[in-house]
Amino acid sequence: MSSAFSAINTVQRPPHASVSQENPSVSPLRSSLPFLGSNHKLRPNSLHKNGASIRRQSSIVAVSDVVKEKKTKSSSSLPNLLITKQEGLVLYEDMILGRAFEDMCAQMYYRGKMFGFVHLYNGQEAVSTGFIKQLKKEDCVVSTYRDHVHALSKGVPARAVMSELFGKTTGCCRGQGGSMHMFSGEHNVLGGFAFIGEGIPVATGAAFTSKYKREVLKEADCDHVTMAFFGDGTANNGQFFECLNMAALWKLPIIFVVENNMWAIGMSHLRATSDPQIYKKGPAFGMPGVHVDGMDVLKVREVAQEAVARARRGDGPTLVECETYRFRGHSLADPDELRDPAEKAHYATRDPITALKKYMIENNLVEEAELKAIEKKIDEVVEEAVEFAEASPVPVRSQLLENVFADPKGFGIAPDGRYRCEDPKFTEGTAHV
Amino acid sequence: MASIFQAVGAAAALSSSNSFDSKKFYLSSRKSVSERKGSIFVVRSDGRMSSGRVDKLVTNAVATKADSAAASTASKPGHELLLFEALREGLEEEMDRDPRVCVMGEDVGHYGGSYKVTKGLAPKYGDLRVLDTPIAENSFTGMAIGAAMTGLRPIVEGMNMGFLLLAFNQISNNCGMLHYTSGGQFTIPVVIRGPGGVGRQLGAEHSQRLESYFQSIPGIQMVACSTPYNAKGLMKAAIRSENPVILFEHVLLYNLKERIPDEEYICNLEEAEMVRPGEHITILTYSRMRYHVMQAAKTLVNKGYDPEVIDIRSLKPFDLHTIGNSVKKTHRVLIVEECMRTGGIGASLTAAITENFHDYLDAPIVCLSSQDVPTPYAGTLEEFTIVQPAQIVTAVEQLCQQ
Repeated sequence: MSSAFSAINTVQRPPHASVSQENPSVSPLRSSLPFLGSNHKLRPNSLHKNGASIRRQSSIVAVSDVVKEKKTKSSSSLPNLLITKQEGLVLYEDMILGRAFEDMCAQMYYRGKMFGFVHLYNGQEAVSTGFIKQLKKEDCVVSTYRDHVHALSKGVPARAVMSELFGKTTGCCRGQGGSMHMFSGEHNVLGGFAFIGEGIPVATGAAFTSKYKREVLKEADCDHVTMAFFGDGTANNGQFFECLNMAALWKLPIIFVVENNMWAIGMSHLRATSDPQIYKKGPAFGMPGVHVDGMDVLKVREVAQEAVARARRGDGPTLVECETYRFRGHSLADPDELRDPAEKAHYATRDPITALKKYMIENNLVEEAELKAIEKKIDEVVEEAVEFAEASPVPVRSQLLENVFADPKGFGIAPDGRYRCEDPKFTEGTAHV
Repeated sequence: MASIFQAVGAAAALSSSNSFDSKKFYLSSRKSVSERKGSIFVVRSDGRMSSGRVDKLVTNAVATKADSAAASTASKPGHELLLFEALREGLEEEMDRDPRVCVMGEDVGHYGGSYKVTKGLAPKYGDLRVLDTPIAENSFTGMAIGAAMTGLRPIVEGMNMGFLLLAFNQISNNCGMLHYTSGGQFTIPVVIRGPGGVGRQLGAEHSQRLESYFQSIPGIQMVACSTPYNAKGLMKAAIRSENPVILFEHVLLYNLKERIPDEEYICNLEEAEMVRPGEHITILTYSRMRYHVMQAAKTLVNKGYDPEVIDIRSLKPFDLHTIGNSVKKTHRVLIVEECMRTGGIGASLTAAITENFHDYLDAPIVCLSSQDVPTPYAGTLEEFTIVQPAQIVTAVEQLCQQ
């Protein structure tokens, strides 16, 4: 089976030709946008400065090419479908969950049920679903403040996320984290970070643990991978580059997923970045850089499968740039006035959920009624999540000091000689620390 | 960034304490208030309840002193080593004990650590367990935090504590706060350690005291070691703690020699250390200033004063029990620290003592700290920025006259 990342043939094509002619779900408007689409040129291996001991597989490839390659190679007369019905339903349900949940968040925010900064994921569902559905429970996911859907895709129950947003004690972080800090020990969601870029080193650390377990602790079957999700703005941050270096250097099982939605609040990616093609930065550090259409969950899934397999094999990290778009503003407080309505309209036609629905129906994988049933089911799940969150209690005072330290002896010794945490005021939460 | 600061003779720094009378140099934290749990005993410093004779444990604070009158101790003679070796011993024991303990930092592996604290560990444990990182403090500190969240127990070495300013984002946001924001789901049992403090003409950027910047971060503990004994003990305790701990070492103290016990021990992270019991005044100090204080104490004793010297050791949280008992006894407090005047540990300590023990004070608390000046290169100027023994003597005399 040809690996998508090791193909090293050069394909000469006029740079402006886009793949949209073959893909019916892509509008011809796409080629007029300044953002450069899929790269058709495959880059040869970078120079070997240090001899054969360092093997550098640094190729960039457009997944659509690989997918077409597979299709043409198939000798079967039946159409070579990318997914089975079951797989399709899983993908669809996950994306619908993400969309419905975020829409409900917007409603709840404007009704005064949740506060602060809430960043919604509408439009980017293909990335979360396409990538995270390739993971096992033990694999880790690290995200940014736009993390509700990553948590949901990883398996955190909708009611736990909604409760957390409402600031209730039944939330996944007991109400202490909030929208931007979704954590789950059970499902290995390592956050939820408010500052962009600060999750990437944490993800690198989780990948390091995986390698450590395999090589030092001799857990030979430990092949856990970590996925770090972040945006185009983060790709200009130092922590990104430092971690690309370390991950490639030590061949850590990590996948860096750039959700390039072109906008960092109001800063266009093109105004902030000297070379806007982020995937090219992978080979500079010695890892493959892949660009993929992030509005197409099937393409994302192909790339994800290969990247995960690569990491599990021990071949090291991958940088994947997903071209995607957020339908709403940066956050619920963002008036979203800077983006061109034509751009928004264009990407609305590439809605990943509509695209998958169309694919599955046209290829006779499902009946429309089945998809409607899923939508109804998800609506109920989200409604139930809201009811649960509404009914849940707010944290009481005694919760205030409970999780400051893992070992509460860290509060120190009081004047009377006992540890301060033994003082009853501590369990009541009325002590002053 | 790579200042190779090798083998600065701490003997030179303490040269004026050569004539220091070791018999009066008590370390009552080593006395009999210890509980034996199998082969490990946790040593707790006593709150100066009784003023009876304490078991002397002679310590050689100066390398030249060959007088090992350790025959007076009840326990085994122990072994002599330098402070950086004590740190390494503690580290090695913990790495033997728990395979999840690992080290990350610049030049910790093949180079053995720029202060030799990790020398010999990489050949023994391998390149992954003693990881040489690229020069990316923020990222490798974050990496250590991610590793800690997923089950390892990393120790991050800052080649100089000052470099950890670059890791402030990770130390503050993730190290300190992540346990809380995750609702207690993830623990961060990291140890962040490295040398700081004013050295010998290292210039402003290599002479920083980061304890003042980190002290506001909720969720971390900070300790400062000052002797080989407590260096090893605190290192082991920090590694075993489930909380993130920042261990401050001092560039000029790495070559202190002392005899430490053979049997395993750990020091309590939250406790202060009684260095010299006394009656007239409480002197609170930590890290290198402990030695300036003890030097001044010698002069003070000759002048008829009886200072009580406490090495606070735990910079966050403060051991208010040991400190409080001392204040209640002497009613006068002098804080001697190397931290900056503004917003330093001494400033916090002054506030804490005033809040808790105001009624017991006969005089305002005096805090001697370093001047708010970037440490100059010139030796004479550098000397003026930090607290010298003569200033301590003067301050004590003034305080005791009130």
